Amino acid sequence: MIALLRKDLLILRRSRLLLALLIVYPIAISLLIGFAISRAPARPNVALLDETPPGQTVTVGGRTVEVSSYADGLVGGVHEIPVQSRAAAVEAVESGRAVAAVVIPANVVAKIGSVGGPTQLEVLYNGNALEQSIVASKIEAAVARANVEFSRQIQSAAAKASNQLVSGGSGGVLGAPADMIGLGEIPPVIERQLRTLPPGSERHELERVLAFARFAHASVGETGHVLATIGQPLTVHNVLISGRRTPLDTFAVAVAVAISLMFVSVLQAAGSLALEREDNALARLLRGLVSPAELIVEKSVLAAGAAFAVAFVMLAAISAFVPISWGRVGEWVLALAVGALAFAAVGVAIGANAREVRAATLLAFIVTLPLALLALVPAGAVSGALGTVISVISFVFPFRATLDALDNAINGASPALAPSLAHLVLLALVFGALARLGLRRGRAA
Amino acid sequence: MGAHGRPAAVSAVVETHALTMRFGELVALDDVSLAIEPGEVVAVVGPNGAGKTTLLSLIVGLLTPSSGDVGPSGVHVGWAPQQQAVYRKLTVAENLRLFARLEGDGDVEETVARMLEQTGLAGRADEVVEHLSGGNRQRVNVALALLSDPPLLALDEPTAALDPAQRERLWRFLAARARAGTAVLFVSHNIGEVQRWAQRMIVLDAGRVRFDGPTAQLARGGDLELALLELLDADRAPA
Repeated sequence: MIALLRKDLLILRRSRLLLALLIVYPIAISLLIGFAISRAPARPNVALLDETPPGQTVTVGGRTVEVSSYADGLVGGVHEIPVQSRAAAVEAVESGRAVAAVVIPANVVAKIGSVGGPTQLEVLYNGNALEQSIVASKIEAAVARANVEFSRQIQSAAAKASNQLVSGGSGGVLGAPADMIGLGEIPPVIERQLRTLPPGSERHELERVLAFARFAHASVGETGHVLATIGQPLTVHNVLISGRRTPLDTFAVAVAVAISLMFVSVLQAAGSLALEREDNALARLLRGLVSPAELIVEKSVLAAGAAFAVAFVMLAAISAFVPISWGRVGEWVLALAVGALAFAAVGVAIGANAREVRAATLLAFIVTLPLALLALVPAGAVSGALGTVISVISFVFPFRATLDALDNAINGASPALAPSLAHLVLLALVFGALARLGLRRGRAA
Repeated sequence: MGAHGRPAAVSAVVETHALTMRFGELVALDDVSLAIEPGEVVAVVGPNGAGKTTLLSLIVGLLTPSSGDVGPSGVHVGWAPQQQAVYRKLTVAENLRLFARLEGDGDVEETVARMLEQTGLAGRADEVVEHLSGGNRQRVNVALALLSDPPLLALDEPTAALDPAQRERLWRFLAARARAGTAVLFVSHNIGEVQRWAQRMIVLDAGRVRFDGPTAQLARGGDLELALLELLDADRAPA
C-alpha cells in the first residue's frame, strides 16, 4: 500500500494544475471568507427626502420632540444621500446612486397627533427582485429602529409630564402654573382640612375629593411604567438547551471549511481511483497485487490527507480574521480527519463506478453539490414529507454530520462531537463497502 | 486435455478443464480444455466475439469461470492486456519499480535494470510514459508482465498498435523468452504474425475450440488465412 501511496503522490506532484489548485484554493477561499466576515456589513446608499418643515416639533404633555430626530434615527442604518425634492429622489434611485429613496411626508406631525393610524413613509425602489428584497429588509429594519427611538423620546416626554402631575412644581412644562401642587400632595392637605370640619355635607364632599385625589395619585403614578411597557411590549430572552450559540460568522466558517473538505476529498478520491481504470491498471493491480480493500483504503487515505491539509490551512488562515479558539485544535483535527475520510469514502464509491476521470469528476460534482446544499436547509423550513426526505438525504450523505462535527469543534456548538464522529465513521464504512462492490463489478473492465 | 487433444503433459505450465463462461444467457466460452507447455508459443485466433479475450481473462485470473477450472492453482501468469496497463504520468523506470515492489520482488533495482536491458528500454528509463511512442509503451506493457519472470506470458493483441519494425523487435524478444522456457499465449488477428511466430494455434468460434494443433498443420504449406476461413466456413455450412 505504501508503494501505491508513493505512486499516487508522484502522479499528484506531476499534475501541476491540480497541485496548484490544491495550494491556491484554500488560501484564496480563506482570504475571501476572512475579509467578507471581518469587514462591517455594507450600508446601502439611500436617498432621504425630509418634507417636514425645518424645526417642526411634536408636543406631548407640554414637552416638545424634534421631528428631525426621526430622520436621524432612520439614517443610522443606511448611508444617507440627502435630496431636496421628490424628483431628485427618483433620479437618485434611477441613476443607481441610491438603491432606494425614503420620503418623510410633510404631514407627519398632523398624523402623529391624530387617531387615524400611523404615519406612512414612502419608499422608492429600483433593481432586481433580490436587490429589492435586501434593500426592503434593510430599510424596514432602519424604520423599526427609528420608530423605537422616536417613541422612546415621546414616552420620555409623556413620563416627565406625568411625574410633574404627581410631584408638582413648575418643572419647565409649558403652560403649567408656578409652584403647581402635585397629586401626591393633595391627600395630606385635604386630610388636615377634614380634621377641622364637623360632620355634615361639606365634610362628605371633601371626603369624595380626597378619594379622587388618592386614586388619581396612584393611577398617574403608574403611567410612567405603562408608557415604558407600551413602547416595547415584548422583549426576547434566548435560552439554548445545550452547547453554546454559534455566532453566524463562525458558523459560516464551518460551512466554508466543510464544503472545501468535501470537494477536495471527494474529487481526489474519485479521480485517483478512476485514473487506475483509465490507465487500464486496475485489472493488473487487482490480479492479486493489491486487494480491493487495500486499494480503497489507500485512495481514501490519500484523498482524506489532501483534504485535511487544505481544510486545516483554511481554518488556520481564517483564524487571523475571525475569533476561533486554537484551544480546541484537537477537536478541529478530529472533525476534519474523520469528515475527510467519510467524504473520501463517497469519492471512492463514485470512482469505483466510473470508467474515466472526467466522468468521475462530473459525477462527483453532480452528486455532492446539491446534497450539500440540501443539508444546509434548516430543519422545519420545509413541510412534512419533503422535510423528511431532506433529513434522510442529510443523514446518508456525510455533509450534515461533518458540519455538525466542525461546528462543535470550532464553536463548541451542539450536538456533541462524539455522535457526529461515530455517524461519519459509519458512513465511511458503508460507502467503502459500496466502492468494493463497484470494484468487483468492474474488475475485468 | 492437452495440446492437439492429447492428455495434458505433466510439465504443462497451465491447463484448463472444461472451461465454460456465461454472461447471462450468452455462452462466451464453452467446454474448453487445453494445456500449454513451457517454451510453447501459442496463438489464439478466431472472429470477433469468439471468446479469445474471455479465455485469456480466465487464464490470467481476471474472471472466475462459470464451470470448469484453470490449473495448477496459484500459477503465476504474466499478463499484457491489449490496452496498455501502464501509468502514463510515471516514467518507464518508475512503472517497473512500482510493480516490482507490488510483486514483492527481493531486489527491485536489479530487476528493473534487467528488464530495462532485456526490453531495450534502458535509454528511455527516465522518460514519462505518456511521451513515449506506441511501440515503446507496448514494450513497457510487456516488460511489466515479465517482471516476476512468470512461466507463462499471456498477451492480448500485443502488436496491434505497432509498426512493422516495432513488431519485429517485440517478436524477436518474445521468441528469445520462449527459447528460455517461458510459454507465450497470445491473441491476434494478424494471421501473418501467427504463421511466422506461433508453433501452435487454437481456433475459437462462438466460444468453442474449432482447431487446436500445430500452425503448419492447419496451413498445410499453403495460405493460413485461407485455411482458417475454410475451417470456419465449414463449421458454419449446413449439414
